[in-house]
Amino acid sequence: MSAEMTGFAYLIASVLFILALRGLSSPDTARMGSRYGIIGMTIAVGTTLLDPSVVSFELIMLGILIGGTIGTVVARKIEMTALPQLVAAFHSLVGLAAVFVATAAFYNPEAYGIGERGDIKIASVIEMSLGLAIGAITFSGSIIAFAKLQGLMSGNPITFPMQHLVNGLIGLAIVVFVIMLTSVQSAGVFWTLAALSFAIGFLLIIPIGGADMPVVVSMLNSYSGWAACGIGFTLANPALIVTGALVGSSGAILSYIMCKGMNRSMISVLLGGFGGDPGKSVNVSMLNQNAKSGAADDAAFLMRNASKVIIVPGYGMAVAQAQHAVREMADLLKAEGVDVSYAIHPVAGRMPGHMNVLMAEANVPYDEVFEMEEINHEFSTADVAYVIGANDTTNPVAKTDPSSPIAGMPILDVDKSGTILFVKRSLSPGYAGVDNPLFYADNTMMLFGDAKIMTEKIAQALA
Amino acid sequence: MDMDVTSLQDQASKVATDAANLFEEAQKLANQATHLADMAVAGVDGSMDFLSLFTVFVLSCFVGFYVVWSVTPALHSPLMAVTNAISSVIIVGGLLAAGHMDMDFSAVMGFMAVTLASVNIFGGFIVTQRMLVMYKKKNRG
Repeated sequence: MSAEMTGFAYLIASVLFILALRGLSSPDTARMGSRYGIIGMTIAVGTTLLDPSVVSFELIMLGILIGGTIGTVVARKIEMTALPQLVAAFHSLVGLAAVFVATAAFYNPEAYGIGERGDIKIASVIEMSLGLAIGAITFSGSIIAFAKLQGLMSGNPITFPMQHLVNGLIGLAIVVFVIMLTSVQSAGVFWTLAALSFAIGFLLIIPIGGADMPVVVSMLNSYSGWAACGIGFTLANPALIVTGALVGSSGAILSYIMCKGMNRSMISVLLGGFGGDPGKSVNVSMLNQNAKSGAADDAAFLMRNASKVIIVPGYGMAVAQAQHAVREMADLLKAEGVDVSYAIHPVAGRMPGHMNVLMAEANVPYDEVFEMEEINHEFSTADVAYVIGANDTTNPVAKTDPSSPIAGMPILDVDKSGTILFVKRSLSPGYAGVDNPLFYADNTMMLFGDAKIMTEKIAQALA
Repeated sequence: MDMDVTSLQDQASKVATDAANLFEEAQKLANQATHLADMAVAGVDGSMDFLSLFTVFVLSCFVGFYVVWSVTPALHSPLMAVTNAISSVIIVGGLLAAGHMDMDFSAVMGFMAVTLASVNIFGGFIVTQRMLVMYKKKNRG
């Protein structure tokens, strides 16, 4: 294949990748878009295999076979509730792959036409070290995010004295080593740079609490794109650069949307220390107030006699795997002539769009599921709001108390609906550690128990 | 009549000079075009200079910005999964190292990169498809 043809093939692959993302503007076109992505990837890989410098295929075939098998099996078996940790794990692999490619380029620059061992072109060294550093950060950061999401380590922020100073010094050292590598191209400098980058990725994510994981996952998504960009510059491959930039900006936009959904700045998320596992109250006095609690039969009675019910799913629904039970309950209500819709807060769950996927998995039609700004004005006309496993995202304190940690966070206006049903295990506050005064409101009924079991009981009472 | 003949001659010679000038211009332009074409070929030759690559990078960031903002929030999870899959185009770097003639350290690194990126490509696209088939409209079931 001639050089022109190669360039042209990579261009087609890049365009197909853009179309893959474009397709996601609507669920109707999304599947076609994802097919474009697959074709684009096939073209990119095929073109590289036809490169005259690729002469031995054993290792390549073995790698694709092993990797492809693992990827296929994992992706087919994974539960949709475990999606956030799967995505985090996948990010870590992109990061590590970038590290391996940078290492290969460092030890065999001739293969990439960027100079000779120990005498690589300066521009290429900088690009390569950026790919290495960002890749390593993506890897270790994603491993921590995975461990927190999977429950292998506590979701609480881990902080220690002078943390930010230590991080700052390591960051500075990384810059110094990148500069050093341009003049002293020794393995020692290269591996020190790698080690420092692994360390900073680890240190950057450990202080970030469970509730901020949607931001972290999006941010690591972005990093994996920039790592691909760095490698793309090293290889002078426009397809890699285009794709890396697409992924990088996509992750950055998602991080921004998530931050806005919590009214927090990117900086404050990155500095960490916010939001851990639920259960640790900061406002004990409020807990002494009386909250009304009810049973499944009461909830069933209320909802059956309502004309409009809005269901508010949160992370608790995902943890309890209650999405199917919720849909069954909604079906029974609809059979009774009740108007049922779903309201989703932008940061509900542990990754962007997490709740939408779970509702889709439970066969809820996507045109019954609404984003916050679409449905918020409808709570005032709803008879019942059924809040399942959500807390902070419905807490009116965000509007009323400027000193609260969640002040200014946009919330779902469930307090405007006739009756509020909260399905919760206890009165404990949410991740932000802020008590929710709605639990004690006159028109609130608490339904204590496991989200799935409680919803199933209500469905039984309705049937 | 004489006057007319001289003026006609004048005009004719003027047109002739203009034509000659135009021809020169055309030749210059042709030279420039060849030169540009040569440069373009050199560009595709895998030796794109930094500025061209950087141009591609900046424009792609803008494309990414506008395309991603048009993604509906309901599909943000599939968006993450599919960007994850396509960022594994980094496999290209692994292929070049793993497909090299000598079986050395960098070939092993390339092999590892190919393996990891393959997990992502297959896993990412499959999980995206799995998610997308679940999104259904109201009356279709």
